[in-house]
Amino acid sequence: MARYLRQLMRAHVVSRRFDPLILLWVALAAVLGFLVVNPLLRLILTSLEAPDTGTFTIANYLAAYGRPRYVQALWNSLWLGASVTVLCLFFALPIAWAVSRTDMPGKGAVRLMVLGAFITPPYLGAIGWILLAGPNAGWLNRLWMALTGAPEGVLDIYSFPGLTFIIAIYSFPYLFIFTASALDVVSSEMEDAANILGAGTLRTVLKVTLPMVLPAILGGAIVTFLETIALFGSPALIAIPARFNVVTTQLQQFFSPPVRSEVAAAYAVPLLLVTVAMFALQRRLIARKGFVALTGKGGERRLIALGPWRFVLLGYALFVLSLSVLLPYASLSQAALARAWGQGWSFANLTLGNFYYLLFEHETAGRSVVNSFLYAGAAACLAIGLSLSIAYIVNRRLLPFAGMLSFLCMAPFVVPGIVLAIAFYAAYAPPPLALYGTALILILAFTTRFLPIGYANASAAIRGINPEMEEAVRILGGGRLLAVRRVMAPLMKRSLVGAWLLVFIPATRELSTAMFLYGPRTRTMSVMLLDLSEEGNFERLAALGFLLLAATIVIVGVGFRLVGGDFMLRRGRS
Amino acid sequence: MTKLALVDLGRSFGQTAAVQSVSLALAPGEFVSLLGPSGCGKTTTLRMIAGFIKPTAGRIEMNGALLSDPHRVVPPEKRGMSMIFQSYAIWPNMTVRENVAFGLKLRRMPGEDMQRRLNLILDVVRLGALADRYPAELSGGQQQRVALARAIVIEPEVLLLDEPLSNLDANLREEMRAEIRRLHDEFRITTVYVTHDQSEAMVTSDRIVVMSQGRIEQVDDPVSLYNRPRTRFVAGFIGRTNFLDGHIDGGMAVFPGIAAPAGMVPGLKLAPRPVSFSVRPNTVALHRTQPAADGIWCFPGRIVERAFLGEHWDYGVQPDGSDLRLRVATSPQDVHGLGDAVWIGIDPARIVEIPPAESA
Ligand SMILES: Nc1ncnc2c1ncn2[C@@H]1O[C@H](COP(=O)(O)OP(=O)(O)O)[C@@H](O)[C@H]1O
Ligand SMILES: [Mg+2]
Repeated sequence: MARYLRQLMRAHVVSRRFDPLILLWVALAAVLGFLVVNPLLRLILTSLEAPDTGTFTIANYLAAYGRPRYVQALWNSLWLGASVTVLCLFFALPIAWAVSRTDMPGKGAVRLMVLGAFITPPYLGAIGWILLAGPNAGWLNRLWMALTGAPEGVLDIYSFPGLTFIIAIYSFPYLFIFTASALDVVSSEMEDAANILGAGTLRTVLKVTLPMVLPAILGGAIVTFLETIALFGSPALIAIPARFNVVTTQLQQFFSPPVRSEVAAAYAVPLLLVTVAMFALQRRLIARKGFVALTGKGGERRLIALGPWRFVLLGYALFVLSLSVLLPYASLSQAALARAWGQGWSFANLTLGNFYYLLFEHETAGRSVVNSFLYAGAAACLAIGLSLSIAYIVNRRLLPFAGMLSFLCMAPFVVPGIVLAIAFYAAYAPPPLALYGTALILILAFTTRFLPIGYANASAAIRGINPEMEEAVRILGGGRLLAVRRVMAPLMKRSLVGAWLLVFIPATRELSTAMFLYGPRTRTMSVMLLDLSEEGNFERLAALGFLLLAATIVIVGVGFRLVGGDFMLRRGRS
Repeated sequence: MTKLALVDLGRSFGQTAAVQSVSLALAPGEFVSLLGPSGCGKTTTLRMIAGFIKPTAGRIEMNGALLSDPHRVVPPEKRGMSMIFQSYAIWPNMTVRENVAFGLKLRRMPGEDMQRRLNLILDVVRLGALADRYPAELSGGQQQRVALARAIVIEPEVLLLDEPLSNLDANLREEMRAEIRRLHDEFRITTVYVTHDQSEAMVTSDRIVVMSQGRIEQVDDPVSLYNRPRTRFVAGFIGRTNFLDGHIDGGMAVFPGIAAPAGMVPGLKLAPRPVSFSVRPNTVALHRTQPAADGIWCFPGRIVERAFLGEHWDYGVQPDGSDLRLRVATSPQDVHGLGDAVWIGIDPARIVEIPPAESA
């Protein structure tokens, strides 16, 4: 035995001067170069080139920002982002505080509905609200007219405040998650310390609790702002009929024939820069003082007794959540199942015809459902596979400069979806690849878009497993591959399913990236929804949205069963 | 004959040298511990032996064959060793039996032999009844025994342990360190054991390697290490001690405020020079009256601190006219009050000369 071992050992004294892992590094770097670096580079180059000659020019920037209309759209976006953020603060902070720190009843239901708001594609909610608050015909307006006898409704969703509102009711979950997670680790002792010195509940909240979680709130506010200005679906549904533009709808107009992608690129670059700068700011906020509250063990936590006020808070939470979940879900399902939505709920008005039409009669709608799930599935697999390999190399320090790979994986986080789409267009629409309109370009763009989510989760999954688990395999005589197969893979299964779903779910509804890259046979559900909205047939539109929602709820439900608990509302997904 | 040899072994991480010129030879079946404070390079040394870390200097040999040098490293899976990790690293997705059988399966041991070996080892570590449980259903001590069984069952060339007991509570730790030694007596596997706990090292080891700042301070058996420390670090790290720093002058050992005949210390060179001694607290006696015995260093002094620890009294005494303070451990019957005048008796035959402190 010993002699055999000795022979074996001599045979395996390998020279480490050339490591085959280097090849893997090169391959991964090439993939990331293709997905991340090249498109962004092409975006910037395109914005600086004359379209026909390819010579250097700043004419595109002059064209993009030369007209007051275009500058106004940028201004509208910033203004919209700010208003949405403020509104979200009003929605999110009281609910987060109530759920995390007080004895408000019904917390489970509230959390569940926040999750509901979180997974609702904002453009679907917008459609629901068009049915609720469309001028005169909307349900709430009709209710108002019936109650007061007024000749006209009071609500007009096709307005700047309307747009602000419907974006805010679906964006506030970000702030909720940031704030609630920060509050979750503030120990009661810190509040007790203020109480014992004579401060009442409200004063304690304002003077002690709030300052401790302020950095988290600011971080959440910045994310909300950036998500808002990058949003395409809701503005397309609301702002265009309301006759104003924001950056994203303006970008779309540069893309409608005659396509002026170089102007679009120039128009998008400042959006990219704003986003990068604000994320940098957010990181500094969170890295600096603030999270002192996170360092302690949290100490003991006790819930604040609110007395009768707890029902007031619950009422407020339910009010906000019915705005974002209950009412629009009701109006959407009613329309989806109606022959004519304006006729209201009645047996005669009930039909499944809308679904039948979409799935079997419409030329591309059925296909778009398949496409959405297919592309999302493929993108999730690619993103997780790529993230896992890189996270493993980085985490095990297998290669030098692996940190660069991880930086590239996280980089798309600061690229708005619509900018990424233009970048992909600039890089891969022209020959030689000419991928425009193919399934491949959509899959690759989705992969890139959600790579940061995949990477953050894959990396957390790997970090969650003590490397000694793997070393124990190796010292007993198993190679690295065996260790990965027999130990790492089984142990990471659950968290990887979670990570996969966290990429898959947003990819099924991704609109802003798909918008500029789809072709006649590669429409996704999200694109299809927008197309249908132009036809103005709300019953069919609602039916398609209903399908998307139902599928999402089923998938999230499956995720809960497999992965358990709060897997979507955890902080630090990205 | 040498089983495992470390020759001038070194490893640096960037600028910092974690391990420097470590040389050590283990005889077959020997149990050696690496002992030292946290950060002194024990884990790095052990992981170099295992093949997880490549040395930046020197080499490692087993049975005369090269395992590691800065250019070549036999990967861990080809070394025929096994290791017990600080976290135990029991695979939670496998039962106790599957965990223990893993190494045997990799060695393609025939089924019947394997079952026999498995049952034997599971009985040795008293896990027979728990063989089909999953690790999450075991206590810390039981998990530890799974790790032991898994490592020993393959009859490794060398067994490596990295602070295996640090996650257990105090009682269990005492039990397990005895268990580890018992298994060693039974299987005689050449073992390298890393710990920062001197009593663990003393209970288990044939020889102890004391390390500090990446270097070996002293290699010796536990008794010699305690009685004959060769450096100030070892004297201070193994057990408690008093340092007496002074110089030799005209045949006297002169310390701040006190002096005693240097000739009484066996083998001490009497040439004038700075000198330092290590004096164990349990080699100092306290007397109410001046002791008559010859051959004892004797100083009047008084009690300035005391604490009763059950098994002994712990006194702080100060010789008159000196600001030295000596720790003294006496039997529980030896009671003195705070401020009492006492005679301090030091047996010169039991004090150890160590290299003088740098600053003194
Ligand atoms: N991967 C590493 N990178 C940089 N420094 C390291 C690394 N591993 C260990 N060190 C340093 O080497 C020294 C010795 O570490 P280690 O061998 O773990 O000590 P011990 O096990 O004795 O506590 C420490 O100063 C530690 O900070
Ligand atoms: Mg260590």
